[in-house]
Amino acid sequence: MPQTDVSQRASTGPRSQWRPALPLLLPAYLWLTVAIFLPLSAMAFFSFMTELPLSGKPWAFTLANYAAFFEKSFYAVLLRDSLRLALEVTLWCALLGFPCAYVLAKILKGRSREAIFLLVILPFWSNGLVRVFSWAIALRGNGLLDRTLNAILPFQVNVDLMFSYPAIVIGLVHSYLPYMVLTCYLTLQAIDDSLIEAARSLGASRFTVLRRLIIPLSLPGLVAGSVLIFVPVVGSFMEPRILGGRAGTFYGTVIEDQFVAVFNWPLGAALSFILLAVVLIILGAASPILKRAA
Amino acid sequence: MNKPKRIATITASFLTAGLLAGAVQAADLHVLNWKGYGTDETWAVEAFEKASGHNVIHDYFNSEQEMLTKLRTNPGTYDVVMINAAFTGQALSEGLIQPVDVSKIPNVADVALEMAESPMLNADGKTYGVPWVWGLTAIAVNENAFSQLPTSIQVMWDEKHKGKVVLRDDALEAVQFGAIATGQNINDIKDLGAVRAKLASLMPQVRAFWGSENEWNQMVASGQLDVGTYWSGSASRAKTNFKLPVAFVIPEEGVVGWLDGLSIPTGAKNVEGAAAFINYMIDPGFYVEWDTKVGAPVSANSKAVAALPETAFNRTVLGDPKVAARIQFQAPVSDADREKYLALWQELKVEVK
Repeated sequence: MPQTDVSQRASTGPRSQWRPALPLLLPAYLWLTVAIFLPLSAMAFFSFMTELPLSGKPWAFTLANYAAFFEKSFYAVLLRDSLRLALEVTLWCALLGFPCAYVLAKILKGRSREAIFLLVILPFWSNGLVRVFSWAIALRGNGLLDRTLNAILPFQVNVDLMFSYPAIVIGLVHSYLPYMVLTCYLTLQAIDDSLIEAARSLGASRFTVLRRLIIPLSLPGLVAGSVLIFVPVVGSFMEPRILGGRAGTFYGTVIEDQFVAVFNWPLGAALSFILLAVVLIILGAASPILKRAA
Repeated sequence: MNKPKRIATITASFLTAGLLAGAVQAADLHVLNWKGYGTDETWAVEAFEKASGHNVIHDYFNSEQEMLTKLRTNPGTYDVVMINAAFTGQALSEGLIQPVDVSKIPNVADVALEMAESPMLNADGKTYGVPWVWGLTAIAVNENAFSQLPTSIQVMWDEKHKGKVVLRDDALEAVQFGAIATGQNINDIKDLGAVRAKLASLMPQVRAFWGSENEWNQMVASGQLDVGTYWSGSASRAKTNFKLPVAFVIPEEGVVGWLDGLSIPTGAKNVEGAAAFINYMIDPGFYVEWDTKVGAPVSANSKAVAALPETAFNRTVLGDPKVAARIQFQAPVSDADREKYLALWQELKVEVK
C-alpha cells in the first residue's frame, strides 16, 4: 500500500505541487488583487477619461491627458528634475549606507551590533511626516543645527538650509537610508570571512579586497537597495513640498496637486502612468547591468 | 396600585416618552464643510445639540471641486453644506441645492442687505445660500520686520525682504493677487500677460509657497517670514490665539474678498434641522464665542459683529467703510479660466526653480 501511494504521488508530478501551495498563496494574491490591482486598473481607466465618472458630468474616452504631458514643456523639465533628485538621493544613500552596513556585518559583533542596528532602523518606526517636520525644525535659520554649530564653533556661521534643494536631499536620504543599510548588510553578511582572510594572506591590500572582493560580492544588495530607493523618490512629494519651499516643485508634487487641489484625477492618473512607464524603461535599460550584478 | 409598582409604571412611561421624543427630535443632521471651520467646534456642536435635539454629524472636503462631487454623488446625504458664494451658482445650475425658506431663519433679518441679496446667492427671488461669514485675502506682515506697517502691496517686491516673502500655493489666489498688483479687476482680468510678468518678477523674492495656516505661523515664529499673502481670519487667529507678531494689512491697491454661505442640498432629509443649524451659525452668541475663543472671519450678521469686543479686529478694521471700498468680491470663475490660471501658476513655479 505505501508503495502505490508513493508511485501515485510521483505520477501526478508537477500538478500536485500546486495543491499544497494554493492555500498558502491564495490569501496574499487575493489581497494583492483587491488592494493593488483593482485600484491601479481603475486609475489606468481614469487616465483615459475626460471627466471623473464620479463627478456626475458626462464623460468620454480621450488621450488628451497623456497629450498634456507633451504639450507643456514644464512636465518634462519636472520629470528630469525628479529623476536627478532620485539619482542623487540613491548615490548619497549608497555612500553613507554601504560603510555602515560593512561595519555592522563585518566589524561589530554581539550587543554593540544590535545597538547600532537599532539606531539604523529607528527612523522606520517614526511617522514619515513627523520625520520631515523635525528636519524642518533642525534646518531652518536660527534652528537646531544653526544654534548648535554656533555654540560649538569659535566663529559665526549662518546655516539656513530650510527651503532649499539640499534640505530635500537631506530629508529624503534620512528617510530611505535604512533600505540601503539593510540590503547591503544582508549581502555583506553572506560573504565568508575566510575569503577576505585568504585574500589578505595572499598579499591583497585592504583597498584591493574591497574593490575585487567585497563590492562585487555585495553588488546584489547595493542594486536592490538602489532600486528600492530610486523608484519611490522619483515620485516623492511630501519631502519636496515641506522642505523645498520655492525649490520644492517636482513631478510628484504636480501629480499631488491634480489629485488634491484641482481635483483633476484623469490628468493626475495619466501623469502617474507616464512616470511609471519612464521608471520601467529606466529599469529595463539597466536590467543587463542589474542582472550581471545579481 | 402599590407604591413600587406605581413607580415602575411611571418610570416605564417616562422611558417610553423619552424614547419617543428621542426618535422624533434626535434626527441626524449631516453637515459638509472644511475641517476646523466653525461648524465643527466641539462646544458649538454640543450647545446646538442640547438646544435643538438634533444630532450633528460632520463630513469634510479638501477643495470646492470635491465638495461639488460629494453633493453630486451622494444626493440626500447632507442637510447643510458650506459653499463659497463663487460656487453657489454652479451648484444651483446643476440642481444640487434647494431654495432656503428664510422665514425659518430669524437671524437672517440682521444680515447686511448687500450680502443677503447678493446675486451670487439668490436666483428668481429665492435664496439658495444664507450668507455666513466673509473675509479678505490680502497680505500680513511680521511686525518685528517693520518699524512702520506698509500700506502698499508693492512691499512684496521690496528687495529688502527678498527671501522672506511667501505666497499661497494656489493658482486662483496668485493670479487674483497679481491682478490687484497690476490694477485690474480680479473678476475680469483683461491683461493676463501683465499679471504673469508681475508675478514672475515676484517669484525670486519668494521663500516658500504655503499651504496651511500652521505653516505660515511657524515661519513667522522662526523669523523666516517678513511679508506674505494671508487671510484675514487666519491673521486674527495668529494674533489672538497664538500671540504672534502678525499684522494684517489692507493695501491701498485693493483686496480680494470672499463670502461663504450655507446652503441646503436637494433631497436633504432634515430640512427643519438644517434651518435651525444655519440660524445658530449666524447667531451673535455663537459668533462672538467663535471669534474670541478661536478667531474667525467676519460674520455676515451685523448684530453679531457689533456684539464683538470693541477692540476686535473684525469689528474695527473690517468694519471701516474706507476698507469696504477697496474690497473686490470674488465672482464665479469658469473652468476654462481656472485651467488657464493653473497652467500659468505651474509654469511660474517651474521657471523659478
